[in-house]
Amino acid sequence: MSQSLPKGAIFIKTLVLFIGALLLFAPFLFQDTRSLEVAARICIFVVLVASYDLLIGYTGIVSFAHTMFFGFGAYGAAIALRQMGPGWDAVVLGGLTGLAVSIIVATVIGLLSLRVKAIFFAMITLAAASVAMVLASQLSNLTGGEDGITYRAPEIFKTANKLMVNEDGKVARLFGVKLNGKLAAYYFVFGTCLVMFIFCLRMVASPLGTVLKAIRENEARAEAVGYRVVAYRTFVFCIAAGLASLAGTVYAIWLKYTGPDTALAFNIMIDILLMVVIGGMGTMYGAAIGAVLLVLAQYYLRDLMGAASEAMQGIPLLPELFDADRWLLWLGIIFILLVYFFPKGIAGTLWDKGARP
Amino acid sequence: MNQLSQTLSPTLERLGGVYLLPVIVALIAFVLIGAPSSWVTLTVAGLSMGMMIFLMASGLSLVFGLMDVLNFGHSAFVSFGAFVAASALAYMAGWIGSESIWLNLLAIFLAFSAAIAFGLVVGWFFEVVIIKPVYHDHLRQILITMGALIVSEQIILAVWGGAPVSVPRPAFLEGSWLIGDVTIEIYRAFAFALALAVYVALYLVLKHTRIGLLIRAGVENREMVEALGFRIDRLFVGVFMVGSALAALGGAMWAGYETLITPALGGEIMIVVFIVVIIGGLGSVEGTLLGAIMVGLMANYIGFLAPKLALASNMLLMMAILLWRPNGLKPAVK
Repeated sequence: MSQSLPKGAIFIKTLVLFIGALLLFAPFLFQDTRSLEVAARICIFVVLVASYDLLIGYTGIVSFAHTMFFGFGAYGAAIALRQMGPGWDAVVLGGLTGLAVSIIVATVIGLLSLRVKAIFFAMITLAAASVAMVLASQLSNLTGGEDGITYRAPEIFKTANKLMVNEDGKVARLFGVKLNGKLAAYYFVFGTCLVMFIFCLRMVASPLGTVLKAIRENEARAEAVGYRVVAYRTFVFCIAAGLASLAGTVYAIWLKYTGPDTALAFNIMIDILLMVVIGGMGTMYGAAIGAVLLVLAQYYLRDLMGAASEAMQGIPLLPELFDADRWLLWLGIIFILLVYFFPKGIAGTLWDKGARP
Repeated sequence: MNQLSQTLSPTLERLGGVYLLPVIVALIAFVLIGAPSSWVTLTVAGLSMGMMIFLMASGLSLVFGLMDVLNFGHSAFVSFGAFVAASALAYMAGWIGSESIWLNLLAIFLAFSAAIAFGLVVGWFFEVVIIKPVYHDHLRQILITMGALIVSEQIILAVWGGAPVSVPRPAFLEGSWLIGDVTIEIYRAFAFALALAVYVALYLVLKHTRIGLLIRAGVENREMVEALGFRIDRLFVGVFMVGSALAALGGAMWAGYETLITPALGGEIMIVVFIVVIIGGLGSVEGTLLGAIMVGLMANYIGFLAPKLALASNMLLMMAILLWRPNGLKPAVK
């Protein structure tokens, strides 16, 4: 297999490597705050989508609770950072608490509902996620309610922090980029996300990944061969939940703010779904492609649509349909068309191109 | 203990089996609440809420039972129904405000009819365009119907805007009756009666007509009915349309009940509807009714007894029932 990779596969892998390189040098290539924000968001979402792909693409179970676990991690770090002040002890304690809660909840949900039909599982995770969202907005003395929590990140990530000082005592520059805490924070996000993404890649290539694929293809047969399907499914659900939770912690440190909109909203779940389908389910590399495309669209397509809406003033209904806030409408339509015509997504469709029969 | 349960269980079965659950819940609540007048008010509120939820959920359950299709976009019909009815009522503001009860009735009848008609049309469109290509593929079904839900929500936002829409009620449904020290909101009684009538009609159609016979047979064993020469897929389009229309009607009634609706309504309702069909058992109308009544009653009782718990009550109820019966209270025979 490894000797005769189809051209498409090589192309996809090169593309993902290219994306990785762009993200690695992002602070130097695009020197403004918004671009850095976009790059960090892409890193986080690559991990979220990759861990979600473990579920939907490799094991064939649909969960709507992925943002819930993301939120557990984010809120864990946020609450700890606010109560204990900025410090690594708070990050570790909060992150681990979030991780523990995620894994416990995932185990309970998995054991309760993964033994019945897959569709039950989808519905139950949806219900659980909505309960988590309501709880977050209700327990306002702990979570800050709808307003969320703002807090300070550990000392090293402060924008005012100088990593290196030049002769004048000012912050040193490398290729014109200030070597300050913001840069350190970005590389913290990039590094942790890279590790988690590689973990996902490694996991699907392992014997465990093969068992998961077997369960996806034919559940009864996998069971008959002797694999305990429920145990495997619950296990992978826990792994995915743990990764999402860690991603949430990292994102909370980056943003220095955690609220329902950034960590728990159902919109994030929809984003993840769109990314995984656009990128390609069950390819892992597709996660990176989907995340890049969608985050870019989120940040830059809105501006374009706003302009289109302006241009169509006077025509009934059309300006509303092209309003910048309605971009999800068009993404939804693209999503439906993709599921119809390219169920394998970008990576899946291109992967087998040029393969020898 | 074991002997006791063995002698007890046939008696319980004869009395109605799982159908006793709402009665038991109501009795326990009666003891806990203590004040008969508030108990009656809460029970009526719970029953009418349950019946409205039943209307919204029944279509989803039947569609799943018949074709193994789970429509995650079902709540779109509910929100469309609510918004169409709200617009229709606002359009007929003159009739609603008038003294004549007949004009009032006509207005609400027309508004609900508009919602039903809209539900039928959108249901047909959904079935033929969105769901038909992905029969027998659960993963893609979930994804596609989810996509359709996103698009529908965005369309509602584009047409009606994001601000809350207030729903005018006809004059004769405003206010409440006072019987002794029991207060009953008129709209709740009206919603309960209307939904009950719809349930009875649905029951009669399913149990006493040829089409109903075919639907029930199809739920039980689709291949066999098809082998006997009946076109289940055509029947299915009809069931899907009726299910959507019922959801739209439920949404329209819900709009009048809430009097202030936002585009987030669909999402909130969807969770409740899912919990109801999971509790009741997918595919059975009786199970859905049972689940809906349970959820309605629990929501009102717990909202009164322990408001802090109210949010999690549905979830806890679902978990308890799933632990006891993993396939729901009254699953369709499969």
